[in-house]
Amino acid sequence: MKLLGERGVQRLLAGIAFSAISALLLIALFIIKEGLPFIIGYGPAKFLLASDWNPQLGRFGIWPMIVASVWVTLGAMLVGAPLGVACAAYLTEFVPRRVMGVVKPTIELLAGIPSVVYGFIGVMVLAPLIRSSLGGPGLSVLAGAAILGVMILPTIISISIDSIQAVPNSYREGSLALGATRWQTTYMVTIPAAKSGIIASIILGMGRAIGETMAVIMVAGNAVKIPGSPLDSVRTLTANIALEMGYATGRHREALFATGVVLLVIIMILNSLAGMAIRKRAAKR
Amino acid sequence: MRIPPKHTQRAAVLVMGLATLFTLAILVFIILFVLEKGLPVVSLKFLFTNPQDMGKSGGILPTLVGTILLTLVAVAIATPLGVGTAIYLTEYTRESRITRIIRFGADCLAGIPSIIFGLFGFIFFVTILKMGWSIMSGGLTLAFMILPTIIRTAEEAIKAVPNSYREVSFSLGATRWETVQKVVLPSALPGIVTGIMLGVGRSIGETAAVIFTAGSSLRMPASLMDSARTMSVHFYILAREGISTENAYGTAAILVITILFINLTAYSLMNRFVAKNN
Amino acid sequence: MRFRKTFAGAALCALIALLGCGQKRQSVTLAGSTAFQPFAEKLAGQFMQANPEINVTVQGGGSAVGIQSTLSQAADIGMADLVELPEEARNLVAIEVARDGIAIVVNPNNPVAGLTSQQVRDIFSGTVSNWKQVGGDDRPITVVSREAGSGTRSSFEQILGNISLTKEALIQDSNGTIRETVANDANAVGYLSHGLINDKIKPVKVDGADCTTPEIMAGRYKLVRPVYLLTLEPPAGAIKQVLDYMLSSEAQATIDGCGLIPVKH
Repeated sequence: MKLLGERGVQRLLAGIAFSAISALLLIALFIIKEGLPFIIGYGPAKFLLASDWNPQLGRFGIWPMIVASVWVTLGAMLVGAPLGVACAAYLTEFVPRRVMGVVKPTIELLAGIPSVVYGFIGVMVLAPLIRSSLGGPGLSVLAGAAILGVMILPTIISISIDSIQAVPNSYREGSLALGATRWQTTYMVTIPAAKSGIIASIILGMGRAIGETMAVIMVAGNAVKIPGSPLDSVRTLTANIALEMGYATGRHREALFATGVVLLVIIMILNSLAGMAIRKRAAKR
Repeated sequence: MRIPPKHTQRAAVLVMGLATLFTLAILVFIILFVLEKGLPVVSLKFLFTNPQDMGKSGGILPTLVGTILLTLVAVAIATPLGVGTAIYLTEYTRESRITRIIRFGADCLAGIPSIIFGLFGFIFFVTILKMGWSIMSGGLTLAFMILPTIIRTAEEAIKAVPNSYREVSFSLGATRWETVQKVVLPSALPGIVTGIMLGVGRSIGETAAVIFTAGSSLRMPASLMDSARTMSVHFYILAREGISTENAYGTAAILVITILFINLTAYSLMNRFVAKNN
Repeated sequence: MRFRKTFAGAALCALIALLGCGQKRQSVTLAGSTAFQPFAEKLAGQFMQANPEINVTVQGGGSAVGIQSTLSQAADIGMADLVELPEEARNLVAIEVARDGIAIVVNPNNPVAGLTSQQVRDIFSGTVSNWKQVGGDDRPITVVSREAGSGTRSSFEQILGNISLTKEALIQDSNGTIRETVANDANAVGYLSHGLINDKIKPVKVDGADCTTPEIMAGRYKLVRPVYLLTLEPPAGAIKQVLDYMLSSEAQATIDGCGLIPVKH
């Protein structure tokens, strides 16, 4: 480092600092380069809105996958968001700090469990349960949504806790002084004050759910069709890529990269929304 | 009819408490389920012998080696980049459009699904750079993936170093880089290590990005340019293909224990670090 | 200090990588068909015991990948199990090393023991959707198929002809996962490589013939496809050694023992 000199070090660090954004651009560039020509050549409307996916016959409509991703993700939100926010509110407002100091990291450990393990438990425990109690093939929207709902809990809980904790104590004291109960304070004062952070946590959770691959391949059944009920089997965008990538050549492969482009765009939109929500919170403070 | 606030409070607390309990119960269930089925299979022999018959019998030694090598490559590449970025952001610039762009890049990178990393790694490292399915391709891909985690934790850690440390160092005539090197980094070290550990945990648990870039060869890798199968991929293949449910559970148990251990260490380091700095 | 160490670490890693590149042991890579992959792994292991100087790596990916990676030289030998090789594979050197039956499998709890090829066609096309219609219990049929691009699927559809897979079909990406799905679901029907049948699933007769080696060799069981090993150029050196080994009586005996049909006996 000596031989670089102060100036040199600074330049080197400035260069390094662009590694993340360069990585992002590189990834976006290559996915788009492989996928976009296909979308344009095949016709964006036909690619996005046709519901016929049959690579052998040269038909590449990903509408069923888009619908499936939306269904599974919304299902996961239905499971994960109320559970996660309730958990976060309880831990911050109704439990001694010391208890939360133990419970929060424990829940964050949930995030460390590999997605294949979640998927496997889905296949071994959840799918047979759904099959025997509700009918259908078991590998379904419902199974996918439930597993994803659990997988995004740590994201939602941990960010929600941070944003609820960031609400100034004077808010709570003011409300309590007016005679409100702790619960009234929580849902009329604290949670609204932490709203943008909580929304950001839910959007980030959504991003994680829509991008999850291995667990979904294992539990959703991968049938290419627009689901008629939560018990139907579906294939998400991510599953479509991972399932067929190994076997695809030529136009088929381009179509999978094009699926990747769609996924990337969705994720970018979600990230920007979450970023906006977080910035709003920061601006308010 | 108006329900008295005391009652709604009691009901709400009950519901929220149950939600919390339920979440914890799922966690405990997953861990116990895997350990209960997996631990009976786990032994030193299981860890340190070669698999037979595609993993139907025998141990998981090559996947253990594959996991370690892949993780090492990822961390060796991501750490200098991540820590360097964090130093630049905290010590060498003020908040400006550039830092916002850098942070935005890191945040976006963090949100990208692993399958996209896999696609990219496959096209870029495996195909275009002709590295083939190899530990190197997989490690580079994972390095991209864990970079944001390392940047963010390192940045937090460096920010938490009290300014007085820097002032003392400057007043003794140290240059900025000397200050960073001798004062800031040593006191931020536990926080930085936490970030690296979290990155390690993520690398070990990753499947989608690895399977497309490092391949799934079950042979002992002889060099970093060889294809390798990580424990997660091995578990996925064993479980999915029904090769051996027993060995799948065994692998899963080791996987879960390793990741829990790494993450717990990371958190306790972080806690101690935070306690020290407050 | 810390920083310097990590840099040193990174440099060391890069060095190891370069060294790994430098000392090239003779190596042969096979890639392709996931159905043949387990057998190829086994044969590669046996081969390397006799020829430790040659390193044989086996990758899956599927038949299409086998063809593609042979053409692009990512793999030295492609594995493809297709009834008809596609256009782009015409110029490759193809050697048939084995044949493989495609078994129609159901859950062991399913009373159905045999189907006609017309019934199989109807089930997979979705025109028959209840086991009652083919002599079973009154239960819905869960069709399980392979993903587009799979050699097993295209062979299956080519041999039977006229199948346009029902949209209800669950899709799994390997023989093993088909087997697991059928084993777990009492209403399921799928198809997989004859070599991978085990007691978790039940193969059914097709047009009165069992999916067994003798029935296939006698030509009575029709769902059979060849397994090709493909090379870009006429094989030479280490590649030829590997291919010769695959056709040796030892390897063919292993193939037979594993449930595939040997080409030489």
